[in-house]
Amino acid sequence: MHMLEVKNLHKRYGASEVLKGVSFTMDKGETKVIIGPSGTGKSTLLRCINQLHPPEKGQVFLEGVEITDPSVDINKIRQKIGFVFQDFNLFTHFNSLQNVSIGLEKVLKMEKEEAEKRAMHELKRVGLGKFAERYPAELSGGQQQRVGIARALAMDPIIILFDEPTSALDPELIGEVLEVMQSLAGEVTMLVVTHEMGFARNVADEIIFMEGGHIIESGSPKQMFTSPKHKRTGEFLGKIASLYGEE
Amino acid sequence: MVFLEFDVLINALPQLLSGLENTFILTAASLLIGSITGILMAVGRAFGTKTVSAAIYLYEKIFRGIPLLVIFFLIYFGLSQIGINFEPLVAAVIGLGLRSAAYQAQIFRAAFNSIPEGQSIAARSLGMSKIQSIRYILLPQVLRLSVPGWSNEFTIVLKDTSIAFSIGVIELMRQGRYIYVLHPEMILPILLLIALIYFVLVISINKGLSVLEEKYQMKGFDLTVDR
Repeated sequence: MHMLEVKNLHKRYGASEVLKGVSFTMDKGETKVIIGPSGTGKSTLLRCINQLHPPEKGQVFLEGVEITDPSVDINKIRQKIGFVFQDFNLFTHFNSLQNVSIGLEKVLKMEKEEAEKRAMHELKRVGLGKFAERYPAELSGGQQQRVGIARALAMDPIIILFDEPTSALDPELIGEVLEVMQSLAGEVTMLVVTHEMGFARNVADEIIFMEGGHIIESGSPKQMFTSPKHKRTGEFLGKIASLYGEE
Repeated sequence: MVFLEFDVLINALPQLLSGLENTFILTAASLLIGSITGILMAVGRAFGTKTVSAAIYLYEKIFRGIPLLVIFFLIYFGLSQIGINFEPLVAAVIGLGLRSAAYQAQIFRAAFNSIPEGQSIAARSLGMSKIQSIRYILLPQVLRLSVPGWSNEFTIVLKDTSIAFSIGVIELMRQGRYIYVLHPEMILPILLLIALIYFVLVISINKGLSVLEEKYQMKGFDLTVDR
């Protein structure tokens, strides 16, 4: 049984079909990176997995349970799927610690004290132990994103979905976020949509190349970077490399 | 003569202040009704079905489009024709409350709209239900953001309690009338005194609420620039 199995997902917004039958699987501890041009349904795919945007067709299984089944309690399922957003989406009225502990208190029903202890542990894990009292508006983008990662980690999810976690960051802040993500690789199952090729090459177990609502091809970083099967994959990787630099 | 008139003014003060009791009851009760209803309506417009949203929109339009005096007369005199009778004080609370609800709904709705949608999405993706996300994430921010608008509404309601005079509520304004009817030569000083009482109340409430606003302001959002 796979930890996550996505079967033939279809999603349309009005007239445009964004996902045209996407299937893949993930196993425990794996890191997979989804790459591809803008508007090819990468973010939509993540939102279809945790049912923020339910797909029209297809199934998603999490630890063997079909979560696309309308009769499952989706709030229970979402506790187990962490989500890290491009724009961080921290709660502005809470400090870092409260941002991380609120889910523990209100969703997992932990005692406040226990929740805050756990939250503190997660903040230290992302290197922000000293920033527990700071509010989002008092943090840099990189720090905010690390709080976002701590918030997802605290729920002890089966998998964390990252939706372009560094795209909104100034170049000098990207490194600290990628470092944190790299430190989680192997421990936490991660599905990451990103344009950071260095991260994809060094951390991913598999790279998935998506275009036009389809998975064009997937494979190990080495295979994808050196000998892609499809011409489009090579073209895209070449273009990205020249844009962002090789590493 | 001057001495005597000064005497009237001094004696008027306790009577005027006794009228304040009803002014306060009117203000507090109608603000409470307005706030609870206003928040519910704002939530209804943001999250309700199309029909709910349309009904609330219509309500807001109607109660913001009718003068308060007409609302009071409709509730107090109009409804009694079909057998629904209220005490003047109750009729005034209902009228002020219903109208304030329409304005407060707008204040809260604007605050709801100003919170980035991403925060709701983040709350839901933590596994919060829609109601939990409203209760723990949106509402605490909405209330903070609403303080300036709400403070303004507070003073409008306080001042408009004087219109309850018209349906016979014995509040500050009517107590004033009792006095100047007996001492018509004192009408100007008495009215000035009443004006002063309202003015002092409004100023103190504004001041008090702006202290509250600063205290609960979200950190990192202080927009004051020192230079």
